[in-house]
Amino acid sequence: MNLTTRIRIDAPDVSAGVTGRSLWQDARTRFFRNRASVASLLALLLVGLFAVAAPWLSIWSYQAIDWTVLGNVQAAGSPSFTTGHWFGTDELGRDLFVRTAMGARVSLMVGIIGALIAVVVGTLYGTVAGYFGGRIDSVMMRIVDILMSIPYMFVLILMLVVFGRSIILLFVAIGLVSWLDMARIVRGQTLNIRNLEFVENAVIMGVSPAAVILRHIIPNLLGIAIVYATLLVPNMIIYESFISFLGLGVQEPDTSLGALISGGASQMQYGTLWQLAFPLFFFIVTLSGFFFLGDGLRDALDPKDSGR
Amino acid sequence: MKLKIATILIVPVLILSGGSMVHAAASDPVTGEPLPDNQTFTYRLLDEVPTLDPQLNEDSAGFDVLRDLFEGLLTQDSEGSLAPGVAERFTGTDLNRTWTFHLRENAKWSNGDPVTAGDFVYAWRRAVDPATASPYAWYVELSTIVNASKIIAGEKPPSELGVKALDDYTLEVRLEKPLPYFPEMTTYATFFPVHRPTIETHGPGWTRPGNLVSNGAYVLTEHVPNEYHSRQRNPMYWNNQATIIEKVTGKVINDENQALTRYLAGELDRTAVPAGQYPNLKDQYPGETTSAPLLCTYYFIINHTGSAHPALADVRVRKALSWSLDRDILVNSVLKGGQYPAYNFTHRATAGFETPVIAYGTLTQAERDHEARRLIAEAGYGDDAPLNLKLIYNTSESHKQIATVAAQMWKQKLGVEIELVNYEWKTYLDIRDNQQFDLARAGWCGDYNEASTFLDLLTSTSGANDGRYSNAQVDSLMRESKTLADPKPSYYKVETIIADDMAIIPIYHYTSVFMLKSDIKGWPYGNVQQNWYSKDLWRSAN
Amino acid sequence: MASFILRRVLVAVPTILILIVFSFLLMYAAPGSPFVGERPLPPEVLANIEARYGLDRPFFQQVFNYIRGIVTDFDFGPSFIYKDRTVNDIIAQGFPVTLTYGFLAFVVSVVAGTLLGVTAAVHQNSWLDYLAVGVSIGAQVLPNFVMAPILVLVFTLWLGWLPGGGWQGGQLPYLIMPVIALSTSFMASIARITRSSMLETLNSDFILTARAKGLPRRRVILGHALKPAMLPVISYLSPTFVGMITGSVVIDMYFSTGGIGQYFVNAAINRDYSLIMGITILAGALTVLFNLLADVAYALIDPRIRY
Repeated sequence: MNLTTRIRIDAPDVSAGVTGRSLWQDARTRFFRNRASVASLLALLLVGLFAVAAPWLSIWSYQAIDWTVLGNVQAAGSPSFTTGHWFGTDELGRDLFVRTAMGARVSLMVGIIGALIAVVVGTLYGTVAGYFGGRIDSVMMRIVDILMSIPYMFVLILMLVVFGRSIILLFVAIGLVSWLDMARIVRGQTLNIRNLEFVENAVIMGVSPAAVILRHIIPNLLGIAIVYATLLVPNMIIYESFISFLGLGVQEPDTSLGALISGGASQMQYGTLWQLAFPLFFFIVTLSGFFFLGDGLRDALDPKDSGR
Repeated sequence: MKLKIATILIVPVLILSGGSMVHAAASDPVTGEPLPDNQTFTYRLLDEVPTLDPQLNEDSAGFDVLRDLFEGLLTQDSEGSLAPGVAERFTGTDLNRTWTFHLRENAKWSNGDPVTAGDFVYAWRRAVDPATASPYAWYVELSTIVNASKIIAGEKPPSELGVKALDDYTLEVRLEKPLPYFPEMTTYATFFPVHRPTIETHGPGWTRPGNLVSNGAYVLTEHVPNEYHSRQRNPMYWNNQATIIEKVTGKVINDENQALTRYLAGELDRTAVPAGQYPNLKDQYPGETTSAPLLCTYYFIINHTGSAHPALADVRVRKALSWSLDRDILVNSVLKGGQYPAYNFTHRATAGFETPVIAYGTLTQAERDHEARRLIAEAGYGDDAPLNLKLIYNTSESHKQIATVAAQMWKQKLGVEIELVNYEWKTYLDIRDNQQFDLARAGWCGDYNEASTFLDLLTSTSGANDGRYSNAQVDSLMRESKTLADPKPSYYKVETIIADDMAIIPIYHYTSVFMLKSDIKGWPYGNVQQNWYSKDLWRSAN
Repeated sequence: MASFILRRVLVAVPTILILIVFSFLLMYAAPGSPFVGERPLPPEVLANIEARYGLDRPFFQQVFNYIRGIVTDFDFGPSFIYKDRTVNDIIAQGFPVTLTYGFLAFVVSVVAGTLLGVTAAVHQNSWLDYLAVGVSIGAQVLPNFVMAPILVLVFTLWLGWLPGGGWQGGQLPYLIMPVIALSTSFMASIARITRSSMLETLNSDFILTARAKGLPRRRVILGHALKPAMLPVISYLSPTFVGMITGSVVIDMYFSTGGIGQYFVNAAINRDYSLIMGITILAGALTVLFNLLADVAYALIDPRIRY
């Protein structure tokens, strides 16, 4: 597990970006030609479907205890069609099928919302710095440098310990540090776009900075933002699992894949391996899905790379 | 439990015989067989011991180490009864307000200096000295030694403490109130002697191996924080010839499952049984898996103040909650460590205490559930008018399990919706101390082996009474009990009152559940505080 | 170059000051005192303890005294939980441990990751490539709190080859499992970065030219392609090293190594303010240092970058 993955993106060629729709059509064609990315997209859709639909399929609720299993989980709580516990139960006799779905739901939510926050904040910050340049730019980028030097995992642990756990704090804390890379990349791109003829024309014609940024610069950054967001999601999910391992994650009876894995891992030598196996399977599928998807999108949006 | 303390209460003069059991170190004290050469004992520590300074210690694992390194006036035997330590005998006079301890003349520090009454005077003054800033200064206050409170508050100098060396081997202690169990209290670390020249030479670093001079059966030889420490037999100890274990090592292993793996791999002689694994391990390793009573009670605090849900002011609601809680399931299906379902507060193994008959404890669970449903309906709550309560607990796997299962029981039986909230320990204490909860998980361990250590908690002046339960009758019964020759009837009455009031929801009485290699002998299973001394252990031949 | 380094060092000073004030503020606002236990302390006892650690002073004076202690005496104060030790003692004992296994894990992940990545790229779309990609994705997503107990089960309990934990001054048998558990995910990340960057370089014009000129494939890869392909890896080295320090939280917990990670978690949970501060400042200083080193290395390799 890796808590400091920085995501590297090769920016799509800017001059190609401004040529309009055809880039996106090309990208789509390239994307669908890549079997690994299509397969991972499908897998992710299935995980998403599972997370949403599973609770309706089962007769168990995610917090109800099966009293016939409680106390005898090793023998009675194993995966079985007759008991209705398709994935078995956790230590307290709660249905693991539904809990895994709930966990996947929370993990996906943490991942996607966290990544969105990072992308939105990073894009706005980076474009503003890059657009205005000069002193504003250097001050804003020094601030990024400073924030990058903060050992944020330690600060995050501190915040969660001190203020008690809450999903919102988790989003804020994770989102707060993840936008830094995005801001740097976006700033670099903005500097280039800013100097293109049509942008300069717009500025000369007196279009307001906000309008220039929103109408001309951000659309050209969309490719990067999408790729970055896709690769950020699995990292968010990994953060969350680490936080859950430390016991600082979501509150019972809610759960997350990280919390389930951490619980299952602590029981692995006691003959209830399914408690680790099912959540870990969904965890691995989700994460590798996002990694492959991100790689595929990067390749698709980068016309330079014709190697695949 | 034998009622050894009661003996002391009634007969204030007790002469303890020196050296209760003299081991011939080469042969097994029980079977007489020759002993193996490997006389080491390695055990798992959950966390690093915060301090090895007896006066600063407040940690139970730290106390385990300190009992080996230092010896107080008195010690405990395998049943938890008093045994001679540095003191050979003691007398209580003036209605248990003055205690005189007669010290043995052959007790030595590990550097060869004699252990004198002056060492105790120095240590006890140190414990209350504001400059020491000991978190356990309250323990000396609890013992009501003359002027202890005033010294702690900075109103008198430490030299005014009511403890005096009449000569090198006679120590006189004066108390402000009669305290029959004072000798018991001297077995705790706060009252251990310390070696003045060592502290004055080395300052805060005096507890490092090499610096530390101690008077117990062992000396500290190695200490790498958060990894391990070891202690070796002390040849200067007055009863050294009876010590068998040569070297004791404590290894810090945070994760209990990891610790078990390493125990099974042969790296440890003792480790805790991970939550819920007792029956499995008992099946696989019947000779090594143990459950022994431990002087602690697990309960839910009910908030009796205005900040709680108003329904909790209704005794019917409190009763319904308590009665519908199936303790047998919690103990047998969740914890599975031989704990005892509890309907009263004082631990059943407390010395001199026989668990009173608590009426609802004698019913079947079905009867209790039926009654609970009736009570909650009578109070005006039910499926149509659900009651929403907040249950807080501190982060821990087994607290989480208990809280989760309890919440489901209440939901299914009474239609009560429980919001579970857990906090880290320090935050949790703060929130609990400020009554920001409806129900809160708590565990209370006896400071000494007598019922008042539990029941005093429910008096209105107790600082640890976080539910702020208050009943004038309980207060006066507990106050009077201090001067009674036989306080038992008062204790029973208090237990009955708190059950009628449902002041708290008792859940279970603790056991200490651990794995111990079958060749380690001499473990004090009968000591309900689980105070073990390495000098009493040995590794047998099988 | 020198002025660039100087500028970065100057940024470090406000960074660390901000870190100190922020952490101090966080702990000042925190509910719960380091000295509260199951049994609440009598007020007079609490007052004595707070006076001893200077917690009875106003906030700004506490911060000021703290910073002054560091600047004048390099003294990070006494630990609140480990009463026999100062923060300096604890860091002096724990940090070399973390640094040792962290550095080894760093070397292992960089070397193995680069090898894996280059191999995969050179044999693109062969079974070797798929294997390398599969292994690295698997290693990246397997949490190390799952891997650590598996390692101990296999190597300590079943095979009996390695001790299940401890440090013993850093002897080899005690190092192996911590280094494996810590390095795999970083190795995987580096392998993935190397692979994609290598592929890109191999498809770039100058390599195609070199190949067209008939240079041997091996020489093209090692002589021409490797250096530019390593640039993205270098920018990943700093976060990798910082991750080694953070990762010690899990390593210390499972392997009883006695590094600073475990101290940090204990300190946070027990509100040991001075120990939290000491470790946070240390980690912050290291992050600054490694960001700086990575930037310098980047500048040395990439001639296009000017400062």
